[in-house]
Amino acid sequence: MVTELGPAIRTRPTLAVWKFASCDGCQLTLLDCEDELLGLTERVRIDHFVEMTPAEGADRERARLEGRGPYDLSLVEGSISTAEDAERIQHVRHISRYLVTIGACATAGGIQALRNFVDVNDFLAAVYAQPEYIATLETSTPISAHVPVDFELRGCPIDRRQLLEVINAYLAGRKPQISNHSVCFECKRRGTTCITVAHGTPCLGPVTHAGCGAICPAYGRGCYGCFGPSSKPNLRAMIAQLRHDGMSERDIQRVFRTFNAASPDYAPVPDLAAEEQQSPPA
Amino acid sequence: MNDRGTRVLRLDALARVEGEAALHLRVAGDSVAETRLRIYEPPRFFEAFLIGRGHTEPPDITARICGICPVAYQMSACQAIENACGVTVDGPLAELRRLLYCGEWIESHTLHIYLLHAPDFLGRADVVELARDQRAVVERGLRIKQTGNAILEQLGGRPIHPVNVRVGGFYRTPGREELRPLEERLRQAREDALETVRWVATFDFPDVVCDHDLFALRDPGRYAIDSGTPAVMAAQGQGPALREFNLAEFEQHIREGQVPHSTARTSALDGRRYLTGPLARYAINGRWLHPVATEAAREAGLGDPLTGAVCQNPFRSIVVRAVEVVQAIEEALRIISRYERPPRPAVEVPPRQAAGTGATEAPRGLLYHRYALTEDGTLTEARIIPPTAQNQTAIEEDVRKAVQARLETAGPPADDEELTHVCERAIRNHDPCISCAAHFLDVTVERT
Ligand code: SF4
Ligand code: SF4
Repeated sequence: MVTELGPAIRTRPTLAVWKFASCDGCQLTLLDCEDELLGLTERVRIDHFVEMTPAEGADRERARLEGRGPYDLSLVEGSISTAEDAERIQHVRHISRYLVTIGACATAGGIQALRNFVDVNDFLAAVYAQPEYIATLETSTPISAHVPVDFELRGCPIDRRQLLEVINAYLAGRKPQISNHSVCFECKRRGTTCITVAHGTPCLGPVTHAGCGAICPAYGRGCYGCFGPSSKPNLRAMIAQLRHDGMSERDIQRVFRTFNAASPDYAPVPDLAAEEQQSPPA
Repeated sequence: MNDRGTRVLRLDALARVEGEAALHLRVAGDSVAETRLRIYEPPRFFEAFLIGRGHTEPPDITARICGICPVAYQMSACQAIENACGVTVDGPLAELRRLLYCGEWIESHTLHIYLLHAPDFLGRADVVELARDQRAVVERGLRIKQTGNAILEQLGGRPIHPVNVRVGGFYRTPGREELRPLEERLRQAREDALETVRWVATFDFPDVVCDHDLFALRDPGRYAIDSGTPAVMAAQGQGPALREFNLAEFEQHIREGQVPHSTARTSALDGRRYLTGPLARYAINGRWLHPVATEAAREAGLGDPLTGAVCQNPFRSIVVRAVEVVQAIEEALRIISRYERPPRPAVEVPPRQAAGTGATEAPRGLLYHRYALTEDGTLTEARIIPPTAQNQTAIEEDVRKAVQARLETAGPPADDEELTHVCERAIRNHDPCISCAAHFLDVTVERT
């Protein structure tokens, strides 16, 4: 219990990592900060991180579900897709001073939000011989649909430099310096020749949130949008360009319907894609 | 909690495993009546939403099943699609894939050894506590892990969910000179990895022998990673020592069932419990280890892999993992030293109406994919059988044995805290990747 610890320990800020429906990739990003990990554990008390540290105390069930808290910073991974999790996130918010979501699952519902576009019972029947054993909500929703969120870190997975910036910022009591521009800016900074201009490769870079460092174009691949929409994406122009670069309506829909499928910014895509098909750009 | 004579205790949060699951343990008097590994990850429906996608999409999509072994998913998926389309990726492209996979083995195994498993043997709560008095040791582990990640970053663009993998090969292949900086790091990592083998060999291992059938890919001439034929080594006295079957027949041998207590499916191999992962790989492929890894295995007390030594103590899996890290480093060095940039980064994989299977050795064990495609490459069927789902029954059995052994020990009876610890250790031996199967381990002890 926090209260049982000496005052010296209490002065260190506490960090908690929470998991909902996810692949664990975003929280593993914290363990991938090999150079910074030990230093970080000296400055911050990592109090709740099931992947790394044991739950202590008499009531481990409660510890797992509810942590001990309060925590100065909670990092939340994963989307809300069960009734139990919908309750648990309320509690996590309650015991967290700052709550930051990490990754596309927590920020946009993740790839599991593909269920939002179908009848979830069809999915259950397709995967499980006995779907009645499985409890699930009809939708997979981002954390912000349930509780107020202080900051959303994008990416599937998140970028570790950005994660460190966010942690350091909240510990220092300042706003994280994470810009809202698109992947295109990062290509320019990296000195990557635009693959759309040079090779006609379809690329979502112009409408995708920066943060990855523009990895895909540097590897000769078009951005597939794993960081989700940039602020105010011009989808109409993007779709026209994708079509011009050879993507079919179906491919366009699919590329938006992956890791950030439920982003409200992507909602107009099917209509826009259909519209574009009728009136191809001059 | 007391409830009409039945004592139910909730001992929760199995820490230091990837993902989360629950264990239900029922103890009646002095014997274990029931062990149920209860995986209740919110279902994520990957197989369902692959249906209707294009044949180029499974590598990126299935990577998101598990953040700790995304390359395994990408490799098995690519293989299954290529198999359906009648395309073989070989030569330098296959070698590069193997190199990428070595990066994942190095990273994932080292994560497990240092951050998740070693604290069990050293009586430390976690790696933070371990680092407090053995900082140099933990730094050594982080250095090896980082080298694995460096391979993944160089070849894949990033360590988690690499972007550079595609059906048919890569988007971009590196030039020889780009791989050179990795060589130096790998040589340092080899020293660190050999130190790791020596370190874990000094741990105190309970004297336990498991009697599961062992199941791994077999790739005569080399230690199976990215290819091979499914092979079964039967538990002693239970049929022929070693048998193989075609990958195309996988689902005739591996039967999956579903139980009410778990969102993960359980499997049996020809009706029997079995184990996949390091112990199985080592038993089936040990003779093809590189000489340096062979020597390390001998020194560490695993017996002589050249004469077919087998390790059946799940607690010693940490030693086998450490040897496999040496192996992956040696293999990575070998591949880099012979590497010539291939003329094209990928071969064409034109779709056709067919079904195909793929299996590779994820760090935690054999990972199988099967897809059926239409003429234009649309997926009509998807089947994924991950290692942890396959190991679930073997893990339950190990837990049962470990608890039973403790209950039979003379001296003061075990309290719930201790039993939880016993269960957790038995489970962590297997490095279960619960997010791939599903999630969440809380331990409930029920005493009647
Ligand atoms: S956002 Fe992507 S990497 Fe992060 S947990 Fe979700 S699926 Fe995994
Ligand atoms: S370029 Fe796009 S798809 Fe690639 S890693 Fe960056 S955001 Fe993700």
